[in-house]
Amino acid sequence: MSISIQSISKSFGSYAALEDVSLEVPDGSLTALLGPSGSGKTTLLRIVAGLEFADSGPGKISFHGEDVSEIPARKRGVGFVFQHYALFRHMTVAQNIAFGLSVLPRVQRPQKSDIRDRVMELLKLVKLEGLDKRRPHELSGGQRQRVALARALAIRPKVLLLDEPFGALDAQVRKDLRRWLRQFHDEIGLTTLFVTHDQEEALELSDQVVVMRNARIEQVGKPQAVYDQPRSPFVYEFLGNVNKLQAGSDVRYVRPHEIEVLFAAEYEPLTDSLARVQHLFSAGPIATLTVRLNDGQFLDVELSRKQLDELALSVGDEVAVRAKPENEAVF
Amino acid sequence: MSQRSVTTESAVVRFLLIGAAVLVLSLFLLLPLAAVFVEAFRKGWEVFLASLHDEAAASAIKVTLLAAGISVPLNTLFGVSAAWLVTKFKFRGRSLLVSLIDLPFAVSPVIAGLVWVLLFGARGWFPQTAMADTFAPAARFTAWLAQHQGFGWLFSDFAIWLADPKIIFALPGIVIATTFVTFPFVARELIPLMESQGSDQEEAAVTLGASGWHVFFRVTLANIKWGLLYGVLLCNARAMGEFGAVSVVSGHIRGETNTLPLHVEVLYNEYQFSAAFACATLLAFLALVTLGMKSVVEHFTRHTSSDHK
Repeated sequence: MSISIQSISKSFGSYAALEDVSLEVPDGSLTALLGPSGSGKTTLLRIVAGLEFADSGPGKISFHGEDVSEIPARKRGVGFVFQHYALFRHMTVAQNIAFGLSVLPRVQRPQKSDIRDRVMELLKLVKLEGLDKRRPHELSGGQRQRVALARALAIRPKVLLLDEPFGALDAQVRKDLRRWLRQFHDEIGLTTLFVTHDQEEALELSDQVVVMRNARIEQVGKPQAVYDQPRSPFVYEFLGNVNKLQAGSDVRYVRPHEIEVLFAAEYEPLTDSLARVQHLFSAGPIATLTVRLNDGQFLDVELSRKQLDELALSVGDEVAVRAKPENEAVF
Repeated sequence: MSQRSVTTESAVVRFLLIGAAVLVLSLFLLLPLAAVFVEAFRKGWEVFLASLHDEAAASAIKVTLLAAGISVPLNTLFGVSAAWLVTKFKFRGRSLLVSLIDLPFAVSPVIAGLVWVLLFGARGWFPQTAMADTFAPAARFTAWLAQHQGFGWLFSDFAIWLADPKIIFALPGIVIATTFVTFPFVARELIPLMESQGSDQEEAAVTLGASGWHVFFRVTLANIKWGLLYGVLLCNARAMGEFGAVSVVSGHIRGETNTLPLHVEVLYNEYQFSAAFACATLLAFLALVTLGMKSVVEHFTRHTSSDHK
């Protein structure tokens, strides 16, 4: 089911958390809300879930064309996974997952045995077979997250919302779970909206990235497009490393891997600048080089090890640097 | 010593510290407790049992159980509602409410008793005679109910009380004073607990389709049950042991408005030491049971909250 967010505003007292935000989340997509803390991304997610109400006005939230703005959270049918999972501590894994079904009105509530079957099916889906009798405190962070996911899916939600799904996990588990979640999404095909402050996570995982800043949406697009054609200096800086070069009154933005390094002898006055190697870091497959331009500005450059070996550079050497023209931006 | 840690002191220092702690504990806590039991049995079993079987003692036990039996459930209800209100909602006057909850702790028990005398005493704001006039229609209605409905036993006593609404120097006053003094126990125990738990689980329950009823009973209450039990235990111990406030409102009518602690005092003042201590053993026993249950509850609290966050 697609999610349509139309001119939503939200303020807490005098603080504006969201200002006239509109967004389309296509059916079946995995969309990332990316932004620094305080950008309004979590507030937006909570409004979609109905845990927070938008300021009164023309704004509305629709699922598949149906306006759900006035439907309370408990009847909205969203699966919500909280940052710290919010598992019920006093219940077993199976009871946690069954919760949504067990609180249904008697006429809609499935038979006990049907609930049991559904729980087992979900445990299998999130690869936690055999852990049904455990309690949340006996699980690892990654396992808890998958229980929270299974619990949210048990009610067959219309959309899935994840708040910082990997925020509370350590680096290695994070990477594994990220890959797993992408596969999982492709299998179940549920429209999913998740919040993150980690640009790498957003770019790697999502079909659509929504960059937010100061209560507004800064840019929306496919990860590649947002990365390659940032619409503002903020997006440029937020999505990975970038060199800022002062050229007159303009600022040129160019990413470290989008700069070519040539022998000083190959210097072309029209496109290149001469620079001197200041610092060299070459452990790992990518080497990082800091060069000082003739006008005194510094530039970070990323090269493959192979390129570095061919150039046979050392600190103090003079080189020519050339920005690959299609990938630089001037603001 | 191979496992010596950097924070361990030398043997002499440890010996002195532990010795001092044991000495203080024995002198101030164990010795008085032992004295209660020794004095109670000084004149033998017969005197001990006779003191408890005494009519005035039986009445004191009954009044104490009644007062605790009414005020503890009331304060459980108040405490849970107050803690829930204060921790799950933001509203104007919230911090004032938190301070007000602590008021009974801050006030001397004697004052806590005296205010009720000032309010409901013979020369108070709402004296018995004035209330009898106000309640007269209600008294007639209740008397009629007692005659015509199936709950005669319940309504007839109530009708009699309404016709002559005695609060001070009667059970209602004792219940009110006890309830006032023990009001903070449950709320005080729950507020920090519920604050630390936040509203995440409640929100999760709501997104899963739970009604307010389900959220409260299956999530909120389930999460605080051990803390709640702990608060109820402390509340009960204080309700049964309260002396000051109850002493002011009770009037010390033997066999009628004496609670167990008041009865102990009366006996002591009459130089019936063995009888006084025999009744005191009941209170000491209550304290020991409370302590025992408290450690059981603490064990469970630790066990279930180790996974928090």
